[in-house]
Amino acid sequence: MSDVNRVVVTGLGAVTPVGHTAAVYWENLKQGICGIGPITLTQTPEELSQKVAAEVKDFDPLKHFEERELSTLDRVSQLAVVAAREAIAQAAITFDMPLSLRTATIIGTGVGGQTTLDESFRRVYRENRSRVFPLTIPKLMANAPASQISMFCGLRGPAFAVASACASATHAIGLAFHMVRSGQVDCAVTGGTEACITFGTLRGWEAMRVMAPDACRPFSIGRKGLILGEGAAMLVLEPLERARARGVQILGEIVGFGMSADAADLTAPDLGGMTRAMEGALTDGKLNAQDIQYVNAHGTGTAVNDLTETQALHRVFADHAGKLAVSSSKSMVGHALGAAGALELAATLLAVRDSVAPPTIGYLGADPACDLDYVPNKARALTIEAAISNSFAFGGLNAVLAVKKFS
Amino acid sequence: MSDVASDVIAIITKKKRVDKPTVELSDRLEDLGLESLDAVEMIFDLEEKFDIEIPYNANTNNPRTEFDTVGDVVKLIQNLVDKKS
Repeated sequence: MSDVNRVVVTGLGAVTPVGHTAAVYWENLKQGICGIGPITLTQTPEELSQKVAAEVKDFDPLKHFEERELSTLDRVSQLAVVAAREAIAQAAITFDMPLSLRTATIIGTGVGGQTTLDESFRRVYRENRSRVFPLTIPKLMANAPASQISMFCGLRGPAFAVASACASATHAIGLAFHMVRSGQVDCAVTGGTEACITFGTLRGWEAMRVMAPDACRPFSIGRKGLILGEGAAMLVLEPLERARARGVQILGEIVGFGMSADAADLTAPDLGGMTRAMEGALTDGKLNAQDIQYVNAHGTGTAVNDLTETQALHRVFADHAGKLAVSSSKSMVGHALGAAGALELAATLLAVRDSVAPPTIGYLGADPACDLDYVPNKARALTIEAAISNSFAFGGLNAVLAVKKFS
Repeated sequence: MSDVASDVIAIITKKKRVDKPTVELSDRLEDLGLESLDAVEMIFDLEEKFDIEIPYNANTNNPRTEFDTVGDVVKLIQNLVDKKS
């Protein structure tokens, strides 16, 4: 391993439905705290059939930004910048020259500034107003979070958005990991962000007929679908040598990244696609199936995802599958779409660091077709040397990251 | 044939994935090759056409088992339309 860098995580930031910092998020995941509640972020929520979502509660942008700055920041960018600042502060890194030029900003988001989009459309189509806010376009563009992080944090290397729906953040982090590993950049700020609790988006999800009315119960009997979430999580990645030279705390090591496309159905999960992405991550990380103790599942709580993901885990891990601890953070934070992979990789890294598998809450009992150990309802201490985090998107785009305990 | 029946048949005809010239009330949905997204789109078309709400969650409802035939769908729609008036 002399020609490529080992890539370590030295900073982590998160703004989530169960905590506004990575530390609080992790503490609440371990406690099995549920972030799902009544919808408050949209206008006229009473018109919606869907009544609950996992919102980032009590997020006051004025605690983080000046009023003047906020006129350029959709909620999706606010969450992203706050999480990025936290990650950078933890990494204790300053982006002076030339590091600034050699630092990538790769940020996943499913859609971008959905709040801005929704408010503009409401003004034009519902209120018959003739004008929208002048910065509507640069607030809503999908690259706005990446651009805003680069501007607020002074990052001048490669910067762009990655969009692959529910796998966006995982693709973004995987790409950033490979860029650092290959030496293309010396540092990366990467992750995902989504702020999708808007009227129009909720109407869209209602029309898909895949949301649960009350709770997200991944892999459980009686599960009724997904619950929409939101949030952001960001990581600072750097080569091990640089982190060691700086003497900074290392949270974990990213070792593998696998990707695949189903080339099949637009929305139905695909056993082959999931399998190939997981196998790709293991191969890239030079890991055997037996090396993995924990899987942070995609686990949306839909009937078909959880069934197909279980089958894919059986196929990839064979006899070892029954020994895995598999849990879905979406039971607590909902499905944050383009941010989900980052929220879940953060949980995976901390699970590996602390040797604790966070639970799948809301678990009512075993579905005979989902026959793995889903860490039901209560976190569990277990030695975790290596883990994977799965993301499988609408459009049949799959991404999986593998992490190892740093030693 | 009632108006509802002919409208339902017209909507299902658009979504079917088998090469069959006409759709009959006795046809089984499964035999028409309707997939899960087809069902969701069909339900939308039916709701729009009849101005009704059809309770349906893809995770807990299976159109292939709950509605065996095209005639079963017609019955449901007719019920919802009758309730509305």
